[in-house]
Amino acid sequence: MIEIKNLKKSFGPKNVLNGVNLSVKEGEVTTVIGSSGTGKSTLIKCIIRLLEPDAGQIIVKGKDITHIKDELELANLRRNFGYLFQEGALFDSLTVGENVTFGLKYLTKTPPSQYAKIAREKLALVGLKGIENLKPSELSGGMKKRVSLARVLATEPKVILYDEPTSGLDPIMSQIINELILDLKKKLGVTSIVITHDMRSAFEISDTLVMLYGGKVELAAKAADFKNTQNPYVKQFIEGSSIGPIRPF
Amino acid sequence: MFKTLGKLILDFLNQLGQASEMVASCIFWLMRAPLEFKQTVLQTTRIGVDSFAVATMTSLFTGMVLALQAGTTMRNILSEPLYIGTIVGFSLVRELGPVLTAFVVAGRAGAAITAEIGTMKVTEQIDALHTLGTNPIRYLVIPRIIAFMIAIPVLTLCANFSGMFGGYLVSTQSLAVSSWVYYEDITTFLGVDDVMHGFIKSFCFAFMIAVVCCYKGLNTYGGAEGVGRATTKAVVASMVLILVMDYFLTAILQSIGI
Repeated sequence: MIEIKNLKKSFGPKNVLNGVNLSVKEGEVTTVIGSSGTGKSTLIKCIIRLLEPDAGQIIVKGKDITHIKDELELANLRRNFGYLFQEGALFDSLTVGENVTFGLKYLTKTPPSQYAKIAREKLALVGLKGIENLKPSELSGGMKKRVSLARVLATEPKVILYDEPTSGLDPIMSQIINELILDLKKKLGVTSIVITHDMRSAFEISDTLVMLYGGKVELAAKAADFKNTQNPYVKQFIEGSSIGPIRPF
Repeated sequence: MFKTLGKLILDFLNQLGQASEMVASCIFWLMRAPLEFKQTVLQTTRIGVDSFAVATMTSLFTGMVLALQAGTTMRNILSEPLYIGTIVGFSLVRELGPVLTAFVVAGRAGAAITAEIGTMKVTEQIDALHTLGTNPIRYLVIPRIIAFMIAIPVLTLCANFSGMFGGYLVSTQSLAVSSWVYYEDITTFLGVDDVMHGFIKSFCFAFMIAVVCCYKGLNTYGGAEGVGRATTKAVVASMVLILVMDYFLTAILQSIGI
């Protein structure tokens, strides 16, 4: 479904992605882990072309999207994707209901008369009810995250990119989101790429786990193989140990 | 010193190029996608309502000062306050009305727009627009440019009337000029081309303020501090450019007889 070949991206003198190779299969959940600042968010921003890579290739369903410049072509590409932002990125000037249904106007042909019903349904999926008329500033951090997820779900994308979907949520809500990701896979065949630091959640939802280190893929393997690996970088990260080859400072 | 000067020139040219690219993108989206009508109406109303009181008050007192200064000077030179209406009308309609209104709108609505778009940029809301199938130029910039180009000329018109009313108050109450003389002084000498002169200026100022403020907002970086920095830069750049444009527009319009 998504093939990434030798992807490179720098910000000034800092090489964030330094030759990433990755394959994401259709209908699977691929989780990307790694220390902060290793380029996980940069990777998924390149996939949805919020960032343009410096080198390498991104191929989605056989089409090379790496250097598309045309705005309409990019908009068409993004029709297939949903993106859950780390901090929610809700529009401050709109109500929760308007936020959830925002993409319907631009990405689908849904009649506006259906918007209120869709907003209610999608908010219920993430455990929220009766908040359609509130403004984002009236919500807690966790609620914002869930509204943002409802906004992604509203347009029913084929691929969803999650940037830390469970950060800032309580354990019960985190579990509900994990189950939702698995449900989307089982019922609708949604392909997911998840960035997370929550290892319990990563092992529960993932078909494939990928660890980034030094701007490259350190290990990409099935969840079971990942758990039993002897790779010292991966072992240290999974165990959350401060002793090992990964030096945070 | 040459290195610093060269860097400044390069930075300016780079920003000019990027702003031009943004204008080209506006034209592209205007031709390829329907206008965000609701956003345009909302922004026009907001800019108009936000700036109306300040613009008319500024102009009212400017008109009063003009009348007082002109009246006193005329009295000293010619022993009576002649042509007060003409001086106030000409100064306001051709020059001070458009310039002062543009200053007020840049300081109030322009700053608000840069801060709003800048905050959207640093909180990834601009990226979210992309992922939800629309483009920030189409959704944010075009409605604001159109809103400015409607609101500023209308505000300028209101400011002109307000200023002339201020001049009328001072002329009739302090300088003992009759209402009829003041009115005649304005209508006899002020022509359609003078009104056009002011309107063309206010359209150009409106376009420039909108482009500068949206551009600075879209290129904000560095969190809350960055938003503050971008807002200040947008207002300062707009005000300087208003004065620079004013000179060149006056020269061009006079050369073609407007």
